Amino acid sequence: MVVDRELPSDEARELLALTRQLASEELAPRAAEFEERGECPRELFRTIGRAGLLGLAYPEEHGGGGQPYEVYLQVLEELAIGWAAVALGVSVHTLTCHPIAQFGTDEQKRRWLPDMLGGELLGAYCLSEAQAGSDAGSLAARARRDGDAYVLDGTKAWVTHGGVADYYDIFCRTSEDARRGISLVLADADTPGLLPQSPEKKMGLRASPTAQLVLEGARVDADRLIGAEGDGLRIALSALDGGRLGISAVATGVAQAALDVATAYARERQQFGQRIVDFQGVSFMLADMATGIEAARALYLSAARRRDAGKPYGPQASMAKVFATDNAMKVTTDAVQVLGGYGYTSDFPVERYMREVKVMQIFEGTNQIQRMVIGRSLAAG
Amino acid sequence: MNIVVCVKQVPDTWAEKKLSPDDKTVDRVGVDGVMNELDEYAVEEALRIKEALSAQGGGGEVTVLTMGPDKSVETIRKALSMGADKAVHLVDPALHGSDALATSYALSKALGTIEHDLVILGVESTDARMSVLPAMLAERLGASQLTFARKVEVGTGTVKIERQTDSGYDVVEAPIPAVVSVVEKINEPRYPSFKGIMAAKKKPLTTLTLADAGIEADNVGFAGSGTEVTDFAARPPKQAGQIVKDEGDGGSKLADFLAQQKFI
Ligand SMILES: Cc1cc2nc3c(=O)[nH]c(=O)nc-3n(C[C@H](O)[C@H](O)[C@H](O)COP(=O)(O)OP(=O)(O)OC[C@H]3O[C@@H](n4cnc5c(N)ncnc54)[C@H](O)[C@@H]3O)c2cc1C
Repeated sequence: MVVDRELPSDEARELLALTRQLASEELAPRAAEFEERGECPRELFRTIGRAGLLGLAYPEEHGGGGQPYEVYLQVLEELAIGWAAVALGVSVHTLTCHPIAQFGTDEQKRRWLPDMLGGELLGAYCLSEAQAGSDAGSLAARARRDGDAYVLDGTKAWVTHGGVADYYDIFCRTSEDARRGISLVLADADTPGLLPQSPEKKMGLRASPTAQLVLEGARVDADRLIGAEGDGLRIALSALDGGRLGISAVATGVAQAALDVATAYARERQQFGQRIVDFQGVSFMLADMATGIEAARALYLSAARRRDAGKPYGPQASMAKVFATDNAMKVTTDAVQVLGGYGYTSDFPVERYMREVKVMQIFEGTNQIQRMVIGRSLAAG
Repeated sequence: MNIVVCVKQVPDTWAEKKLSPDDKTVDRVGVDGVMNELDEYAVEEALRIKEALSAQGGGGEVTVLTMGPDKSVETIRKALSMGADKAVHLVDPALHGSDALATSYALSKALGTIEHDLVILGVESTDARMSVLPAMLAERLGASQLTFARKVEVGTGTVKIERQTDSGYDVVEAPIPAVVSVVEKINEPRYPSFKGIMAAKKKPLTTLTLADAGIEADNVGFAGSGTEVTDFAARPPKQAGQIVKDEGDGGSKLADFLAQQKFI
């Protein structure tokens, strides 16, 4: 079912129409097979990149689409209705452009941003490590200044697009200072000493490769430092606020796809001589699913509008992330229930949706961490 | 090199197509219109030729030309958002009912108002499926006729194509100006980009009436058409198929059936 959206401009309506066409013609028909094979649809990212979807939320002067978050997030949601791994990829790529767009020098923006937003390149964001997940500030990979370069050593973990990315945002330790010990460099994928490992074997989102990135004396020019030395953690947290809204939109899209499948099925399937949608037990389940999706959409959009208006939106982004991903988990689980035994097989996409959204409660800050952020903002008054 | 791509808006491929009982023409009102699918390949090929030439320092423009009711503007916009430079829309109530012969006349007159070296079209439209327009147009323009192209190469003053045949392809070369019709094997049409969609709104669109194009009303519409639809009927509902149950002799039963139908 086409989601009836409130959009701010004709331009946005045309963008969403183009997105829906791409999602239904290019994404949805390929999703099940690529997920089964665990293959990253790299070429598909170029297709949607050429259509302009990899730089939407950034200014036109650097080659972006100049769209407000309110519109960009709904594009992500529509992509996720077609295929979660691709929507997630767009969200992660958008996240990788944030540090340079927000904290880079004019010279850095001029040199690198147009290519990053241009659609041909795909980025990766390397913050987490095996021992530093929720506690990202404890990361251990090092960047040592050597002449006009930084030399990187250590191992980053859980890198989305690890091995297929064209560049990596890499957070490394440049000193032991508790608050200003982390810095960010932007490294080309072909930098010697950047060694992506084989992808993790995952429960879902298998078309989105997640891999460790071993750093073995990788030399990165010092002019690729984004922000000042020691700004890394502040930059990481600032990027994640936007990233969390991205995940909210992606989760909402998958939930919408699950509701669409469940509703269509319930209107067809007959038991006891009638359509199962006419049993109150089933129809109330669908009603709750639809209500949760509307609420999740409203919540991420309300946080996005704060961001677009230049207001602080960190706690609201966390609320949207918790609510939308917990809701998507519930909705996709219930969608399997509505389809009964058929829902548990790979003949229908709902079991895949359920596996795909599980990780959304985990990455970009687990939902416990989000609650912590919300709780702290309340405690601070 | 200046290229004109002729595009047509047709009823959505998946929509049920109907003829209107009053004048026996395709009902275009109640259905969603889309760009005729093969025309997307024609637009793509024109853009590729232009891009390749401009990479070598050559100039030229791609113009889209459509004849059709007001609604056809949607299809023009799509071609412009893919990257065509400008558009010409031939629209006049008197054109309604034109058959292939009358349409080729009208388009040839409209083409007379646009500078061009090459005209590219899809080999057929999904609504009429006559596949004669490119040839008729070439004849009327006195241009070379290169149809069923699965590959196009532009040389100096000539165009060379691989002409798709049942068994393979022929290589055909002819001087410019030329009319080229393309098959879907030729390329993979691009999606419009978001920026292209925005830019399309600002691209020049010229609207032509019969008078503007110097078209004589007697030669178009029902009056100017050499063919007439005298009657039509709905396609009969599909008959139930015959199920062959395999009791060890399934193979020979199938062979019997195929022989009966003269397939083997
Ligand atoms: C598919 C996938 C893709 C990913 N992509 C990226 C990427 O591109 N870039 C990147 O940098 N990282 C990425 N990650 C890493 C992800 O962000 C981390 O997995 C996440 O931050 C959690 O870290 P952890 O796995 O080490 O869990 P831990 O931090 O060890 O957490 C384990 C459990 O303890 C809970 N917990 C921890 N601390 C607290 C606390 N203070 N209070 C309450 N509960 C707590 C957590 O909520 C969780 O339930 C990805 C992960 C996955 C699975």
